Amino acid sequence: MTRSLRLGDPVFRVLATACGLAVAVAMFGLAGVLVYNSWPAISGLGTSVLTTVAWSPVDHQYGALAALAGTFLSTLLAMVIAVPLALVIALLLVELVHPAVARVVGTAIEMLAAIPSIIFGMVGIFVIVPFIQDKLVPWLLTTPLGGLPGIKPGPQFQGGGVSIFTAGVVLAFMVLPYITAVSRDVLKMVPQVTKEAGYGMGSTTWEVMHKISLRYANSGIVGAVFIGLGRALGETMAVAFLIGSLFTSLPRSLFDPGTSIASLIALTFSEATDKIQVSALIELGLILFLITVVLQIIAQAWLRRVQRSTGGRA
Amino acid sequence: MKKSARSWRLVLLVAAALAIAALVLAVAGCGGQTADAVAPAVPGDPSLTPVPMSADTILGAGASFPAPLYMKWGSDYNGGAGVKLNYQSIGSGGGISAIEAKTVDFGASDAPLAQAELDANGLAQFPMVVGGVVLVVNLDGVADGQLKLTPDLVAGIYTGKITTWDDPAIAKENAGVKLPSTKINVVHRSDGSGTTWIFTHYLTDAAGSIWAAGADKEIAWPVGVGGKGNEGVAASVQQLSGSIGYVEYAFAKQTGMTTAQLQNKDGQWVKPSIASFNAAAANADWKGSLPSMYMVLVNQPGAETWPITGASFILVQKDQADASRAKTTLTFFDWGYTSGADGATALDYVAIPANVYKLVEKQVWPTITVSGTPVWP
Repeated sequence: MTRSLRLGDPVFRVLATACGLAVAVAMFGLAGVLVYNSWPAISGLGTSVLTTVAWSPVDHQYGALAALAGTFLSTLLAMVIAVPLALVIALLLVELVHPAVARVVGTAIEMLAAIPSIIFGMVGIFVIVPFIQDKLVPWLLTTPLGGLPGIKPGPQFQGGGVSIFTAGVVLAFMVLPYITAVSRDVLKMVPQVTKEAGYGMGSTTWEVMHKISLRYANSGIVGAVFIGLGRALGETMAVAFLIGSLFTSLPRSLFDPGTSIASLIALTFSEATDKIQVSALIELGLILFLITVVLQIIAQAWLRRVQRSTGGRA
Repeated sequence: MKKSARSWRLVLLVAAALAIAALVLAVAGCGGQTADAVAPAVPGDPSLTPVPMSADTILGAGASFPAPLYMKWGSDYNGGAGVKLNYQSIGSGGGISAIEAKTVDFGASDAPLAQAELDANGLAQFPMVVGGVVLVVNLDGVADGQLKLTPDLVAGIYTGKITTWDDPAIAKENAGVKLPSTKINVVHRSDGSGTTWIFTHYLTDAAGSIWAAGADKEIAWPVGVGGKGNEGVAASVQQLSGSIGYVEYAFAKQTGMTTAQLQNKDGQWVKPSIASFNAAAANADWKGSLPSMYMVLVNQPGAETWPITGASFILVQKDQADASRAKTTLTFFDWGYTSGADGATALDYVAIPANVYKLVEKQVWPTITVSGTPVWP
């Protein structure tokens, strides 16, 4: 044995440890920097950032409740649309269609993920906004659905075109490829013999998909959903184009304009000269960071429970 | 054998400690930069984008509104004098931070700084270029320049007090123009911008009894939807009949949008044009704005004056370290004042009138010094 060979392991261990530490340092450093720079707003504005809707640089008031609500609503809507759709597409690609077709469709979906978000914003503003405003909303209002609370756009707004709904729909298309691609890969890893055992017991295709494939892959699918959720929460450009950027009132309807944390920061940061405003915007960044961390923790905890309930397989 | 293994382990341990220390330092360094990037100090920090610091490169950062003109001037000037301009269009906030931190030769801001803020950072301020903000509408059957609006009408529309186009108050000023009964769809900028700063100052100044939402780069709008940038406002206006919005003149002209006439302070109806912005800049009381040159160009007197006009400003440190750099910078701006008007007009900007820039060179530039000695002329 030569000396260099015996060196390999310890050198690698040191390098790996250093890299691991660097990630932790970067993460805690980022959190520290966010807290440090948002301190003037945290101490000066108190909880008003989280609990009021008065966003007015003229009066030095920075209440971002509307941004929190808009982020929550648009992300929720995106996930409600994207998750079932992505799962159906993934199952279709893995279980139902000819492999050649699956390859073509799969590539198309992966390409969707490579489109820059500004393109989604532009397509949204030129195609989806007019469609929702001129076709969808007028039609919706003629159906019984139109009478439900939270559907009819406020009379003072531009008929639902730029709205939380539009932002949510476009976000759904933006996160769809991520959830689909990861789910598909996870579903592909379900062992053929397990599925064949199911068919052998006389199960239908639906029963195999539903009771074997999805259950076997569930932790991976949860991971896929969280990748999509993270993207939807932090998406900036497309949302800034489509959500209407109304900073100062809570939406009464899905078709009202609103704003999101990320788009509010992106739109106002570059021209913000009031020191407290800059600090309040950084505080919003901190809040987004905390939301992501909490979601990660919930996801991990949930995964562990699922693993236990399925007998330790993940 | 055993001994050598132990000594190797020691060496490794030390190496590992060093590697970790180096990594931590590197990350901490990055962390520090992130800190700056989050605070506005860094958007303009040229240390992030290394640039040659030779005396013949002028570094500037700030407002995006005048950026195309500064870049054009930079390349036009380069042909004659061999001096390069590196202008980073990062927004006024970043430009102000950068000049306060002295990482650039000049900062640019669409809104002037008040005297107190200039003094706190030892800055001198002067106007460099003028632009106009125009109201654009999307109304079937209404041609460019046909619709007439008074300040009270504009404020009434933007506060939501006037909600339809056939409102008697609008009809009174627009005899002969067929106005539909459609709802007025109000569009404003959603991002912080100098355009909004100028427009809201106009509303505050010209229709203060109606407009109570104040004036700033972004405000709490009583009504309307937001569009990102001039293009976002234009897209919203063009998509829905009955819309009204405000955009920079250059943008409206280049995209052929339908603009409205406005009644100015002298009671005259004016259409937006380079000449009408020029009139606003020439008629304003710049002498009274000394020494800060804090000037809001809206609602200025003069029969031909366009009422929603604004200047974009340059900020430089009064106490300069390097006389030749400072002189190079001021020489470039002098060239912009005296020879840059054609370039400005070509891009639909308005150059600073001669009476104003002579005032700047006589009154403001002498306060820019190297250890007490004026740099200019």
